[in-house]
Amino acid sequence: MAETHPEPAAGLAVAVRRFNLWYGDFQALFDVDLDIEAGIVTALIGPSGCGKSTLLRSCNRIVERLGYVRTAGSIEVLGHDVQHPSASRIQVRRQVGMVFQRPNPLPISIRDNVLFSQQLHDRRRWSRSDQDAVVERSLREVLLWDRVKDRLHERAVGLSLEEQQKLCIARLLPTKPAVLLMDEPCSALDPAATAAVEELIWNLRGRYSILIVTHNMAQARRASDRCVFMLMGRVVEHADTEQMFVAPARQETADYIEGRFG
Amino acid sequence: MSGPPSPFAATAVERRQLSVQQLVRLLLACVTTLLLVPVLGILAVLVVEGGPGLTWSFLTEKPQRLGAAGGIWPALVGTVWLTATALLVALPLGVAAAIYLSEYARDNRLTRAINLAIVNLAGVPSIVHALFGVGAFVHFLRFGESILAAGCTLAVMTMPVVIVATRESLQAVPKAFRDACWSLGATRWQTIRHIVLPNSISGILTGVILVVSRAVGETAPIMFTGAVFLRLVPPESVFDRTMALSFHLYTVSTQVTDVPRHVPFSVALTLILVVLTMNSLSIWFRMRLRARKKW
Repeated sequence: MAETHPEPAAGLAVAVRRFNLWYGDFQALFDVDLDIEAGIVTALIGPSGCGKSTLLRSCNRIVERLGYVRTAGSIEVLGHDVQHPSASRIQVRRQVGMVFQRPNPLPISIRDNVLFSQQLHDRRRWSRSDQDAVVERSLREVLLWDRVKDRLHERAVGLSLEEQQKLCIARLLPTKPAVLLMDEPCSALDPAATAAVEELIWNLRGRYSILIVTHNMAQARRASDRCVFMLMGRVVEHADTEQMFVAPARQETADYIEGRFG
Repeated sequence: MSGPPSPFAATAVERRQLSVQQLVRLLLACVTTLLLVPVLGILAVLVVEGGPGLTWSFLTEKPQRLGAAGGIWPALVGTVWLTATALLVALPLGVAAAIYLSEYARDNRLTRAINLAIVNLAGVPSIVHALFGVGAFVHFLRFGESILAAGCTLAVMTMPVVIVATRESLQAVPKAFRDACWSLGATRWQTIRHIVLPNSISGILTGVILVVSRAVGETAPIMFTGAVFLRLVPPESVFDRTMALSFHLYTVSTQVTDVPRHVPFSVALTLILVVLTMNSLSIWFRMRLRARKKW
C-alpha cells in the first residue's frame, strides 16, 4: 500500500474506506482501507476467520441478509458507494457478481440459469433469438458453450462440478457486471477442474475485475496479479502477488505464506 | 471344521448380544406389523358388509325414508362441496402463512407466539371448532348455516396442518438456491416465486391431502354450521345448506329406525373411497412433480 498507482480513482474497481463491520457485538472488520485495481485478479488470503469472506460479501451487500450486521465506512465500486441511500441492493448485486464456494446452479435448465437474472428485471419480452444470443455469448465466455450447446434444456444440476461452477460464472455475465467476487470458487473441485476454472478466471481478467478469496496459496500465486493478506479483520499487506510471495514486507505475511500458522 | 480357531470368532458374550439383537428385531417387526391389523380389519368389514349395497343407484339416487332406503347422491355431492370450500379457504391462507413464517419472519417473540398458536390450534377438539364456527361464521359474519360457514370452520380446523406441511417443505429447499438467487439480484419474493415454491409443491400437496382427509370425515364441525339431516337436492351455491356423507353416516347409524344393516356400512365405505380417491389423485400429482424435480 506504500506504492502509488497511476490512475487512483478511475482505475479502481473497488475502493474500501475505513470500513468496519460488526456481526451483532462481534467486530469482524477493523478500519479496512483497500484499493482494488480494475481489470486484474486480486486474491484475498488469510487464515480462517480473518474477515476475507466478510469483506467480499460486503462488496455486494449480501452480508446484510443476516439481519444483525452493522457497518461503518464505505465501499465504492467503480467510484460509487454501494451503501449510498439511493443505491438498491438489487442493482448492486446485479453489477457485482458473486460465485460461491460450492457451485450452486439453480434447479432449472442450463439455459434458464444463464437467463435468470436478466429475466428477473427486464419486463420486456425478449425475443427468442436475443435470448439465444445472450446464452451463447455468456457460455462461450466461460468456455462452456461447446460442451453444453446440445443440452441447453437439460437441468443444470446434472452437470459436473466444474461445469456447474463455470455455469455459475456464466449466469453473472448477462447483466454486465463490473466486478466478480469469488469465494473460494475451486475448493469443491478436483485438481483438473481447479486448473480449468483458474484458466477461465485468467481468461476473464481484463474484461472484469476479479476479487477471489482463496485458502490455496499455490492458487493465489498462480492465478492473481495482486494479493491482499488479512489477519484478524485487518488488512496486513497488499502487494503484487509475485512480490508478496517472494519478499513479503511483513513478518505475519511471511509466516502465513510459509505455513507457520493459519 | 478343522485347523486353528479363527481369530475373528465371536466370544460367548458377543454371541449372546447377537441373539438379543435378533430378538429385539423380531419384536419390533411384530409390533409394526400389528399396525396393519386395524386398517385391514376396518377395510375388510366395510367391504364385506357394505360392498354389496354399494351400487351405482345407491350412489346416484336421492335418499328415501330418511336414508333408510334410496341412495346418497345429495350427501356425496355435499361432501365434495364442503371439502372444496375448506380447501379453497385453508390452502391459500395456510400457504401464505407458511411462506411468511419460513421466508420472512425473524425469530422474535411474535413469531414464537404464532408458532405456539399453530401448534395449539392443531390440538383443539373438533367440537370446539364447531362452536367457534357457529359463533364466528354463522352468526358474527352472518354466513348463516351454509356450506360457506361449514367450509370455513373446516378450514380453520385444518389450517395448522397446511401451515406445518408447507413450512417444512419450504425449509427443505436448500439454502444454496436462495444464496444464488439473492446474489443474482432477485428479491425475496422473486426467489420464493421462481425457485422456492416450485420446489416445495410436494409439501403443499401433502397439505392438500391432509385437509381433504380431515374435511371429508369430520362430523362435529359441520353439524351446527351447515350440514342438514335431509335435503333431497344437491346444493347449488355455497349459501345453501347441504347433506354430507359423514353426517349422513351418523344419522343412518343412530337416528333413523328401520335402516337395513348394510346401509351405514355402504355409506362408510363410500366415505373411505372418496378420501382414498382424492388422496390418490394428490399423491399421483405429487409423484409426477417429484419426477420433474431438478436436483
